[in-house]
Amino acid sequence: MSSVAVVRDPEISAGPPSEPTKRGRPASPRLSWRSLQRIKGASFTWPFFIGFAVFTILPVVLALGQSLFSEKSSGLGFGEAEISFSGVDNFTRGLTDGIFWTSMLRVGIYAAIVVPVTQIVSLALALLIDAVTRRVANRFRLSLLIPYMIPGIVATMIWIYLYSPVVGPFQPIFDALGLDINFFSGSLIWFSIGNLALWGNIGFNMLILYGALQAVPREIFDAARVDGASDFRIAMSIKVPYVRGSLVLTGVLSIIGTLQIFAEPTLFRAVSPETITKDFTPAMVIFNQAFQVGNLNYAAALSIILAAVVGIASAIIYRFTNKVEQ
Amino acid sequence: MTLTDVDRAALETTDEVKRTERGALRASRRRQRRGDAGDHSGLAASRGGSKWFVLIGLILFTIYSVGPAWWLIVSATKSKEQLYTTNGLWFADFNLFENLSSLFTYQDGIFGVWLGNSTLYALAGAAGQTLVALAAGYGLAMYQFRGKGTSMAFIIGSFLIPGALLTIPSYLLFVQIGIYDTVWAMILPAFFGPFSVYLAKVYTEGAMPPELMEAARIDGAGEYRIFFSIGLRLLTTAGATVFLLHFVAIWNAFFGPLVFLRAAERWPVMLGLYSWLQRGTDSTVDLTSLVITGSLVATIPMVLLMVAMQRYWRAGVTMGSLK
Repeated sequence: MSSVAVVRDPEISAGPPSEPTKRGRPASPRLSWRSLQRIKGASFTWPFFIGFAVFTILPVVLALGQSLFSEKSSGLGFGEAEISFSGVDNFTRGLTDGIFWTSMLRVGIYAAIVVPVTQIVSLALALLIDAVTRRVANRFRLSLLIPYMIPGIVATMIWIYLYSPVVGPFQPIFDALGLDINFFSGSLIWFSIGNLALWGNIGFNMLILYGALQAVPREIFDAARVDGASDFRIAMSIKVPYVRGSLVLTGVLSIIGTLQIFAEPTLFRAVSPETITKDFTPAMVIFNQAFQVGNLNYAAALSIILAAVVGIASAIIYRFTNKVEQ
Repeated sequence: MTLTDVDRAALETTDEVKRTERGALRASRRRQRRGDAGDHSGLAASRGGSKWFVLIGLILFTIYSVGPAWWLIVSATKSKEQLYTTNGLWFADFNLFENLSSLFTYQDGIFGVWLGNSTLYALAGAAGQTLVALAAGYGLAMYQFRGKGTSMAFIIGSFLIPGALLTIPSYLLFVQIGIYDTVWAMILPAFFGPFSVYLAKVYTEGAMPPELMEAARIDGAGEYRIFFSIGLRLLTTAGATVFLLHFVAIWNAFFGPLVFLRAAERWPVMLGLYSWLQRGTDSTVDLTSLVITGSLVATIPMVLLMVAMQRYWRAGVTMGSLK
C-alpha cells in the first residue's frame, strides 16, 4: 500500500514544485509545512501519472516516431530488415491508400446511419420509461438493461447464430413466407451489424437519457398541461430539448466507438469471410497491416490518421450540435 | 369522483389492482405524495390511449432486449442435434449438464483455464486501477499544487484518444519492455484509467469535507494516514463503481488480448470463444454447441455481478454524464 508514498517522479505534474519559499527569506515553519503538505498531496497523483506517461503518452510518442520510419526487408523473412527514416512517406501513402479510405467511407456511412438511429430509438425508449410511474419503470428497466450486461463478444455471437440460416430461429419463418433473406449477404451485412449495435446500446443510452429526464423540473409539465399541451407535445417540446446535452454526449461517444469498430466485423468474418473482407473497417486494415503484412510502421501511421479522423469527426459534431442549441 | 377515477387508473398502470388491500394503502399514500409533491407521472400515464401506447411500446422493447438472451439460455440446454432441428426459442430435451461437461473437458479443459485467466486479469486489473485512481482523484480533489490544472487537462484530453491509436504502439512498447505475451501485458496497463481518475475526483469533491481533513491534522494524522484511514473509507462507493466498471470492461475485452497475447493458455475467455467460433466453421469438429454453452457460462457472472451491484455502476453512469 505504501507504494503511493514511495513513488516519486519530479518531472510529472508537480515538478520540483511548491517551494516558493525563497531560500533567502527565513522560511516560516508554517509555510514549509504547507508546501510539504502540497507535495504530499501531489504525490497521491504520481502513481497514476507515471503509469499514464508509460502506457498512454509513451505509446503515442512511439507511434509518431515509428510512423516516420520505413522497414525495407531484403528477401522474404523478417531477418535483417533495414530501417530507414522516410519522413512523411507513410502518411502520404496512408492518405492516398484506396483500401484504407474505402473502409473509412464504409464505416463513416455506417456510423452516420447507426448512431442517429440508436440515439432516436434510445430517446424514444427513455421517453416511454419516463411516461410511466417509477414503480413500473423499475420493473422494465432491468430487462431493458440485459443487453448492456451481456459482453459484446457474446452478444455478437448470439446474433451471428440468430442470423444463421442453419441454427437461427428466423429461417423457418422466412421459409414459410417464401422469403430469401441472408443476413450475411453483402447488401444486408451492415443492417445485421447495425441491429447488433442498436441492441447492445439502447439500454445504456436510455439509462443516461432517463437520468437527464429525471432532472427536468416537474412543475413545467403541469404548467404545459394547464396550457393544453398533449403528452406527445410535452415530450417533443420540453423533454427533448432538455436532454440535448446528454444526446450530444452519447452521440459523440458512439461515433468515437463506431469509427473504430473492430470486434464485431472480425467475428462476422469468422462465419462469412466472403462478404467481410480483411480490410472491412479501418481498424481491421490497421490490424492486417501490422500482423499479417508485418508493416508496423505503416500501421502506426494509419493509427494516427484514424485517430485524427475520429478527433475531427467528434469536434465537428460537437461544434455543430452546440450551434444548433444556441 | 374524478379523483377516485384517476386513482383507479393509476392502480391499473402499476398492475396493483389484484392486491387490493395493500394497493389501497399505497394509493392513499400516493395520493398524499401527489398532493404535496405534484407527482405528474402517475397522471400522465393514466390517460387512456397513451397509457396503452406506452405500455405496448415498453413490452416490445423488452421482448427485443430479452429475446436474444432467452435464445442463448434455451440453446445452451440443447444437444448438438436438437440445436439444428428444433425451434430455437423453446426448450427441447434438457441437455445442459452434458454440454457443460463437454465444455469443461474439451482440449483438456482449456475453457476452465480461460475462465481463470479472465478472472485473474479482471480482478487484478480492476483492483489496481481502483487504488491508483482513488489516490489520484483524491489528490486532485483535496490539494492545491502546481501543475494541477495541466494534469486535469491531460486527463480530460486523453478521453478523446481512441483505443485504436494506442493498440499498435502499445504492442511495440510491450515487445520492447518484455511483457508481450505475459500476464503483465493484461494487468499492468489496466491500472491506469484516466476516466476512473476523473470519476474519483468528482466523487471525492462531493464526499470528503475539507473540515474533516483539518480535524484529522489537528489530531496529528499525516496526509497519507488521512487518506488510508479516512479517505478510502469515505470513497468506498466511488471505489466500488470504478472496480465494477473495469472488472466488466476487462472481462469483455477483445482487441487488446488479441494483439498482446499469443499463447492459448494465457487467453481470456472471450478470445478463446472467438477461436472456437473461427474453427467451428472450417474444421470437421462442430464447436457450435460448445461456443453457445461457453458464451452462457462466460456471461452469467457478468450479469449477476451487474445486477447485484446496480447501485454502483448506475452511480457511475450518471456521474459521468452529468458532469
